[in-house]
Amino acid sequence: MFSSAVGVLFDGFAYGMLLFLLSVGLSVTLGMMNFVNLAHCTFAAVGGYCTVTVVNRLGWPFLAALPIAFVAGALLSVVLERLLFRRLYRASDLDQCLVTIGIAFMSIATFAWFYTTEPQSARPPAYLLGSVELMGRSFGIYRLFLTAVGLAITALLVYSLEYTRFGARVRAAVDNQRMARGLGIDVDRAFLFTFALGGGLAGLGGALAIEVIGLESTLPLSVILVYVLIVVAVGGLGSIRGSLVAAIVLGITDTAGKYYFPWLGAFLIYLVMVALLMWRPLGLFGKR
Amino acid sequence: MANARRLEVVFWLCTLLPFVLTPNYLSLASQIAITALFALSLDLILGYAGIVSLGHAAFFGVGAYVAGLIAKHYWTEPISGLLIAGVLTGLLGYALSHIVVRFRHLALIMLTMGFGLLIAEAANSAHDLTGGADGLQGFRVPGVLGFKFDMFGRTAYAYSLGLLFFCFLICRRIIRSPFGLALRGIRENATRMPAIGAPSLSHLRKAYTMAAVVAGLAGAALTQTTSTVSLETLSFGRSADVLVILILGGAGRLYGGLIGAIVYMVARDQFSGINPQYWYFWIGLLLVAVVMFLPNGILGGFSKFLKPKN
Repeated sequence: MFSSAVGVLFDGFAYGMLLFLLSVGLSVTLGMMNFVNLAHCTFAAVGGYCTVTVVNRLGWPFLAALPIAFVAGALLSVVLERLLFRRLYRASDLDQCLVTIGIAFMSIATFAWFYTTEPQSARPPAYLLGSVELMGRSFGIYRLFLTAVGLAITALLVYSLEYTRFGARVRAAVDNQRMARGLGIDVDRAFLFTFALGGGLAGLGGALAIEVIGLESTLPLSVILVYVLIVVAVGGLGSIRGSLVAAIVLGITDTAGKYYFPWLGAFLIYLVMVALLMWRPLGLFGKR
Repeated sequence: MANARRLEVVFWLCTLLPFVLTPNYLSLASQIAITALFALSLDLILGYAGIVSLGHAAFFGVGAYVAGLIAKHYWTEPISGLLIAGVLTGLLGYALSHIVVRFRHLALIMLTMGFGLLIAEAANSAHDLTGGADGLQGFRVPGVLGFKFDMFGRTAYAYSLGLLFFCFLICRRIIRSPFGLALRGIRENATRMPAIGAPSLSHLRKAYTMAAVVAGLAGAALTQTTSTVSLETLSFGRSADVLVILILGGAGRLYGGLIGAIVYMVARDQFSGINPQYWYFWIGLLLVAVVMFLPNGILGGFSKFLKPKN
């Protein structure tokens, strides 16, 4: 029981890091512009498919594909923001949901067209596979790698949002958009950058997720989207700390649930989500 | 007004045309009538009361399973099965309504989706009762009121259409009553309505319960006319589909869901023959286009077009 608990905690933590990468962008954009973007996992899928293409067809190394996945996710999110989303900031939740679901539908069909509906894979290099022995236990190297990337990005995000001028603008815009505009902050620009960053991180997450959850054309509307929304809703809008905590808790709960109560399926996760939302509709760390 | 009345009569007479014009497509027509009924039920809460739901398939699916279980284990008389399914989904809707109506915005969307997923997952886990991923099979509803369900779907379409018409009349009555007016008021401003004597939360609870009953009836009718229930009836995809259908037709107009169901189902039937996987591309494009350029759906576009310019 105890020895398995360490493994479950470790795997769950790595999974949580992945969920954090996938969802942090949505959390910030939702908090900032109140924009319900159900197409967020499309960015992840684009990152994933870019990695597959670059690694399998062009023969690039896996690690070199990761920045490309980031750029692809960021580019797509910027294009969508400029073309569609900015017209909808003042629209109702329902309209935002519908347009972004529409985009997710279109992206699913597009992926199926170019890559078929078969699951795709992009093998990481051999040195990221296998496992290491540490104090008598074995840990998957890829999961260690995931954890390291996740922690590094969290540190980078916290630094850039807490200690830079850009971060101050973003935080001001999240807290009070009108006041921020009044102080001369170009909120639209700050938002565009945030959107690009969020889309890029989702793209990176999508690339890293191939090895863990696989990559299928239905990813934009799969259970991963539900998990991402859970992280955002439970963590609280616009809260990086909240997203991180929620993602780790979700990752560990999900892994533990699959390990100890496999017959429950995803039931446990949904139950926890519904209970948490009923208890705190604004999320654990939500302010508004 | 008399003109609108005439249009309504013409519309319902047109629903009889499939019997004569397209006798080979009657099972599709029956599916359309059921989908239209489901969309009508979503219209009650979304179009009139302003409750956004991404988990409405929960009621559809529960109705479908209740009807299926009754037909499999007890008796195959459909109308009593329909009523029991309606009552049980109504009870479920009433129980959930106490939670759902308290929330708005993202929390509401997440909660309705969460309940939908929860119920779907429960049905998946309760393999012994529901058949799990294999679906519920091994029963057949032979007929209704002495008419046999034939392979051309003639009785099935008559049954679904009759149910749709009956429920439509009731919904129309509800919407045109003072209660319906109060619902629209709550949709526009939920905090002001109590001030003029309309208790927001209890009104919303009633509307939500009614929508659950209608959705359950639709699900039960689908089970009885197709003699099978699959987990798909509870899926997120079905919740999203019905939302698309309603928005496409035009929410808050009673006929929106009906028109949307006809357009959507006929288009899907025509296109999916060519390339089933890519069907969703066009649906997505349509959805974006409708929200951006036709905010009130097909019917909204029509009424704007028909209105005399002054």
